[in-house]
Amino acid sequence: MSAYSALDAVGLAQETARGKRSASENIEAAFDAVKALDSELNVFLNTNLESARALARVLDAAPAETRGPLHGVPIALKANMCVEGFESNCASRILAGYHAPYTATFVRRLVDAGAIPIGMTNMDEFAMGSSCENSAFGPSKNPWDETRTAGGSSSGSAVAVAAGITPIALGSDTGGSVRQPAALTGIVGFKPTYGRVSRYGLIAFGSSLDQVSPFARSVRDVELVTHLMSGTDSNDATCLDEPRMNCEICDLKGLRIGVPKEYFGGGLQHDVRARSEEALALFEQLGAVIVPVSLPHSEHAIAVYYVVATAEASSNLARFEGVRFGRRVDGDGSLQGMFAATREAGFGPEVKRRILLGTYVLSAGYYDAWYGRALKVRTLLRRDFEAAFESCDVIVGPTSPEPAFALGSKKDDPVAMYLSDVLTVPVNLAGLPAASVPCGFVDVLGRALPVGLQIIGPHRADARVLSVARAFEEATSFAAARAPRFFHGARS
Amino acid sequence: MSSETEVPHMREVGYVSKKTGVRWMPVIGLEVHCQLGTRTKLFCGCEYRFGASPNSITCPKCTGQPGALPVQNREALALAVRTALALGCTVATKSKFDRKHYFYCDLPKGFQISQYDQPYCTGGGIQLSTGKFVRLTRIHMEEDAGKAIHDRGDMTLVDLNRAGVPLIESVTEADIDTAAEAVEYLTSLKEILQYCGASECDMEKGSLRCDVNISVRPAGEPWRTKVEIKNLNSFRFVSAAIEHEIVRQVDAYEMGEEIVQETRLWDANRNVTRTMRSKESAHDYRYFAEPDLPPIHISSAFLEYERKLLPELPSSRRARYESALGLSPKDARNLTAERVVADFFEAAVRLSDKPKECSNWIQNELFKMVGDPELGTERFEELQLKPFDLVSVIELVDKGSIAMSSGRTLLRAMAETGKSAKVLVAELGLAQVQDTALIERWCREALVGKDKIVADVKAGKPNAINALLGGVIKLSGGKANPQVVRETLERIIAQP
Repeated sequence: MSAYSALDAVGLAQETARGKRSASENIEAAFDAVKALDSELNVFLNTNLESARALARVLDAAPAETRGPLHGVPIALKANMCVEGFESNCASRILAGYHAPYTATFVRRLVDAGAIPIGMTNMDEFAMGSSCENSAFGPSKNPWDETRTAGGSSSGSAVAVAAGITPIALGSDTGGSVRQPAALTGIVGFKPTYGRVSRYGLIAFGSSLDQVSPFARSVRDVELVTHLMSGTDSNDATCLDEPRMNCEICDLKGLRIGVPKEYFGGGLQHDVRARSEEALALFEQLGAVIVPVSLPHSEHAIAVYYVVATAEASSNLARFEGVRFGRRVDGDGSLQGMFAATREAGFGPEVKRRILLGTYVLSAGYYDAWYGRALKVRTLLRRDFEAAFESCDVIVGPTSPEPAFALGSKKDDPVAMYLSDVLTVPVNLAGLPAASVPCGFVDVLGRALPVGLQIIGPHRADARVLSVARAFEEATSFAAARAPRFFHGARS
Repeated sequence: MSSETEVPHMREVGYVSKKTGVRWMPVIGLEVHCQLGTRTKLFCGCEYRFGASPNSITCPKCTGQPGALPVQNREALALAVRTALALGCTVATKSKFDRKHYFYCDLPKGFQISQYDQPYCTGGGIQLSTGKFVRLTRIHMEEDAGKAIHDRGDMTLVDLNRAGVPLIESVTEADIDTAAEAVEYLTSLKEILQYCGASECDMEKGSLRCDVNISVRPAGEPWRTKVEIKNLNSFRFVSAAIEHEIVRQVDAYEMGEEIVQETRLWDANRNVTRTMRSKESAHDYRYFAEPDLPPIHISSAFLEYERKLLPELPSSRRARYESALGLSPKDARNLTAERVVADFFEAAVRLSDKPKECSNWIQNELFKMVGDPELGTERFEELQLKPFDLVSVIELVDKGSIAMSSGRTLLRAMAETGKSAKVLVAELGLAQVQDTALIERWCREALVGKDKIVADVKAGKPNAINALLGGVIKLSGGKANPQVVRETLERIIAQP
């Protein structure tokens, strides 16, 4: 029997289903890891050992023929996901104590396949941020260097996987919130095509951008989890009617890899550029053809994103006013006074900033100049990709312009923080599938920090993206690297 | 109804000020919210019932739980489209839902899903009896809000049962000049909505709600500031509020005051309108396209399908009842006020080919049974009578098998028991006596001591015989056929 944290989800499920280990043992191992690491890395906002143990017992008693592809696999969920039995507080004071009365479709599908939710992970409040520093409960730490960010906003889920607490975890990717932390913690993250995974039960930030996205330590795991979650849902009208994914290991010979010059611009850190170029050279060695492409409207992506996402957020967060759920502050006793006092006390500064921004861009008299124009540029960005994909099969570039930055280094400069997402945001605006896979390390002050490579595909070409990611993973050993000090089992 | 052209009409109505003699012209437009009678709410599967215990008909979607998403109800779209077709509107092949934002405790998501700049239909309207055409600007779909209940001490209670119930909001042009026109428009609109099966339009249950936009101006002058009046729970209030508001605005102008743009509430206790909120506190609703719902595409096949489901509308039926069936305008109106009645009437006419008799029996007998506490029927459709039942009674009376008064008794008994006419005629012994020997015996009995009448008849006054008829019918217990009785009496008197 292999060590719990040495296995990916597919491997763990196979061993568990075959009776080499039990689901209950997996849960105890996962909670041992929580115990060992959570106080230092600040991964979970709440866990539920009792429900996990109960579910594990049920799975252990299940006959062999009913055992699903994730049989007995512990999973960590971002705290913006609705699951009965857990507190879904979005790392916000305004939702402290909120227990959703229903379970998200995507969680239900994974549980049906045998996965066991163990807890809700730390995040930037309402998924707004790139470092977890906007969590009302303090930031998660990067297992590769605990003074640095694990990225965001799906920080805790990334750390749970990178630190070996769970083999898989779910995040949500609105502007890079899964790919960027995956890159910064040295694991695999995959954002499916918008609509492939039902959003029912994902607490909305930017509704036209949000997509539930898995983290794992292997490409085959994110592929399996995406496959299990996807498909139409009668509770989500924006869900794509897509056949389940069919990924095959792809032969890279003749694959046309588009390299956008805009993704290798001045803001890219030197070593990150080097790792990305090495990855492209490897692709060429494996038979792929490098095709220079251009995404000319990329420079406007951050501006467009912060208009569209904040507009939708200002609307989606209007329901948090103290009437039905979450925290209530009475204020001056009037209804409007209660709304104002509740929101004043409940939301953190970044959430307030974005609500104000979003409210402004939708206001009468400003709509056309801001929101209306942003929608037009969004269309241009989408067309950029469509044009580029006429001459290539996938687009490859870095995921994040720099490796994990020091906690606190951008806290007071929101625009610098927003630029962390410059390479990931265009993908959400266009609704495309994209993966981040480990592509090496950079040395920063004597510590090795992971770098991620982003692979972007055309609309609905999720399987192609994952096939290329898997070919890259097979040709390299970066995904096998583990954080030296904070990987469960590494210290014992 | 489909005519787009405005019929020229007299604009010499208006309100002449007693103080100044100036003729003031009211300018009135109506906004009507109508709950669609779908099985489930607009964006979730909750089955709304008026009067259910508070918050018992709710789910994560209609209570705005974080992470819940709306999913469009197809039936609501079908009913909305059918209504649009009945009103002669142009249905858009593509439209969309938008979010309309404001904060209130009965609005669970902090926004209402509505339609802003691309309503599902535009144009259309309703022709009034004067020939005037009241144009519709648009109709759009939206979800209803919940209910805030403020009269429980210092608490406000929120009931979200109504939250998410489908509504269509129809908005007219300012084509209405008088309270009477407003009421006629509303009456026709309500009939059409009911005929289409779109809504039960019960104002007491809030399934039909009307807001009035109104201003006044001296004849020939441009439009002035309008005021919106809400809280109008009956057509009577709509009429009274318009009458009151015309006088209030004219008085204000003549006193040198200005009318401010505001929302006013109708106070039914004091019969006045009063300020609810002024324009300064008007909302910026921050509309934008609902990202959780795909655009609405309406195919021509769907339109044709719905068009085929359209019933013949009341105005057309009235015209036909008058021209083809020879009914009076009053009878035609009474029979078409509700679709169930009109459908019943037409079925009865098809079976009997006796429109006038059917009309009379329905209005005189069936209408009386509706609301009769002994029968326990509050609505026409609850009557235990089929058109065939009515026709069988009419036939029995016409053939002389039963007396008219027995026909009434029979019909009521049928409604009470659900038994057939044939069975009840036997059970109740209602059949008219055809036995001539028996009738002759009753006649001879009635003639005893009536020599004066006999003499009058013999002297050439045949109508004198009428004085004897009642006596014979009475002796027969109402079962003697009056025609047979008359003939028998004539025969006996004529005998030497």
